[in-house]
Amino acid sequence: MGDSIWSAEFVAAVISGAILAGMPLLLAALGETISEQAGLLDIGLEGMMLLGAYAGFVVTYWTGAPWVGLLAAVAAGMAVSLLMVVFCVRMGRDQIVVGIAILLSMEGLTSLLHAAQFGESYPRLDAMPVLAIPGLSGIPVLGPSVFNQPLIVYVGIALVFVVSWLLARTGLGLAIRAAGWGPAALDRAGVDVVRIRTIASLTTGGLAGLGGGYMAIVTAGIFVPFMTGGLGFIAIVIAMLGRGRPVWVLVGSLLFGLALSVATALQLVGIDIPTDVVQMLPFVTVMVALALFARRSYLPAALGVPFVRGEH
Amino acid sequence: MPDAAAGTAPAGAARLPSLWARGAHALWRPAAPVVYGLVAGGVLLLILGKDPLAFYWTTLESGLLSWTGLMQTIIRLAPLLLMSAGFIVAFQAGLWNIGGDGQFLLAAAVVGGLGAPLMGLVPFWLALILLCVVGSAVGAAWTVVPSVLKAYSGMNEIITTLMMAYIGINLANLLIKGPFLTGRVGLPQTSVIPFRFLLPYLPGTRIHVGIVIALVALALVHYMQTRTGYGLRLRILGLNPRAAAHAGIPVKRDIVTAFALSGGLIGLAAAVEILGVWGYVRADWNPAFGMTLFAIVFLAGLDVVVVIPLVAFFAVIQIGGHEAARQAGLPNDFLLVLVGLILFFMVLTEWTRERSRRGRFRGRPGAMSGEAAAGDG
Repeated sequence: MGDSIWSAEFVAAVISGAILAGMPLLLAALGETISEQAGLLDIGLEGMMLLGAYAGFVVTYWTGAPWVGLLAAVAAGMAVSLLMVVFCVRMGRDQIVVGIAILLSMEGLTSLLHAAQFGESYPRLDAMPVLAIPGLSGIPVLGPSVFNQPLIVYVGIALVFVVSWLLARTGLGLAIRAAGWGPAALDRAGVDVVRIRTIASLTTGGLAGLGGGYMAIVTAGIFVPFMTGGLGFIAIVIAMLGRGRPVWVLVGSLLFGLALSVATALQLVGIDIPTDVVQMLPFVTVMVALALFARRSYLPAALGVPFVRGEH
Repeated sequence: MPDAAAGTAPAGAARLPSLWARGAHALWRPAAPVVYGLVAGGVLLLILGKDPLAFYWTTLESGLLSWTGLMQTIIRLAPLLLMSAGFIVAFQAGLWNIGGDGQFLLAAAVVGGLGAPLMGLVPFWLALILLCVVGSAVGAAWTVVPSVLKAYSGMNEIITTLMMAYIGINLANLLIKGPFLTGRVGLPQTSVIPFRFLLPYLPGTRIHVGIVIALVALALVHYMQTRTGYGLRLRILGLNPRAAAHAGIPVKRDIVTAFALSGGLIGLAAAVEILGVWGYVRADWNPAFGMTLFAIVFLAGLDVVVVIPLVAFFAVIQIGGHEAARQAGLPNDFLLVLVGLILFFMVLTEWTRERSRRGRFRGRPGAMSGEAAAGDG
């Protein structure tokens, strides 16, 4: 590889692309982390992202204000997670099945809504303004890539530390982790497990919705049915591998984002590595790592198990 | 009132009403949520300004009542039922094989890629048999890493099968665009098996024999579940892995074999679909049956007798609904909403029924954190 390819502009474009592609993954995976720590496996994450993307797009399209759109995306994601709350947290139904039902119905619903409103046309949104951080944005390579992003990107990174602090240092975080590791003990300590899991699930929905809204408003500028294209499931994998540590979730998301952006960037400079190979690589790496360093499971003990008072 | 009737009528006649009631009840149990789901979908159609009755009539007509539609539905049923059989085996053992789509697509790509060349080497009937074996083997092979990690390290199979599914889907595309590529223009695809060499039709129809293969496979799975020691071991494993280990059941071996059987049936589903319908595989083709079937099989309680009508109904919705959506000027994705609604109502009725018989045994597979390997380390 000569310097003609690995130029500063190229590296900056790759890093910038990794952040842009990794951000929806990061937001959704942070949400999934909170649910998983509370003992809920949220397979419907992609459905929450999709409705978030749709709501975010439409509201931004109407109001012209991307921040209002992002708030709408959060609200839409939370609305979808209410299904999770009702069926899984309150009724104790199987989480995978309810997740699949959420996924299918949201895929269909957003496609229907889009067709009913826009037909075959795909209107575009204006790009979100970029916020250059004074001083830091002047650094070569890192400046234009890391410190020259829309404000929501910095918010996303900040959320990593907020969630980290929430889970590790607050009473609510302790209750969330207890709801996943020993719901019966939490119940006996006088905390309402259903309430804690409800809070966790709604937070997950909000973050996943924000991730979807980010895709529609910041990354793409349009809404296309099925635009999340499996990112929700990748986020579930990242969250599971992150073992409840938001910083690892950040690392995982950026790694997957990097894989996605390297493929695009290499194609731009004329090196044709099949996208299939590049998209596959992170999964292959993780599988090899798991096979080599596999250990006893480190997921919350009560993950996927409905909590019914008096049965444990 | 059995006591009153026993005096006046023969015993058989006295039991008839209760048998009828039981039959009606047995039919209504799986049908009720479907009806609720269709009603809710009808309301949605009204909101969208479409005629629900016309929509459902077209669905029924072009998916079940017309001869072509019925044949198409039965043809579609073959892969759906085989895939369901694969899920039944895995779920029975408490294994959440959520990566079915990856196993399906990779098997399809290999069968599609090897199909035409193999037809040139051996008689086509032998090639068909070999390709079914190859499809099953590929599907089974794709479960080995997750099952070994599950059995020997307690690694959660939901993550591993999901990741293997992504690798499988990408690998299938790579194979189709690489070694299996034909020189045709347009979308990359494998070489085409001539129609006359595809799976034979049932006499008097254009339905290929896949449906027979599927029904036989389901019957065998049902037999295994209910009549064999292996089936009993898998059920114990599914209900309580720790107890299974204490009872001396070879937990690790059974996890690996049950997973392989599951993947093998899903691979066979792919082989039957490619060898019966398409004759080739296009890049980026993904019918994505897995998720819906996963949910249907679970909600049917892994019971073959309930799985078959529910999956058949799903096939009618897929085939007939496609036409109905086209005529109503709706995107095909309306069917996803419909299936989603039906799933929600299935979950809801399961809950109300469970509430009405509280206190009875609640069989649930254990936590997902992989205690299967905990007891026998």
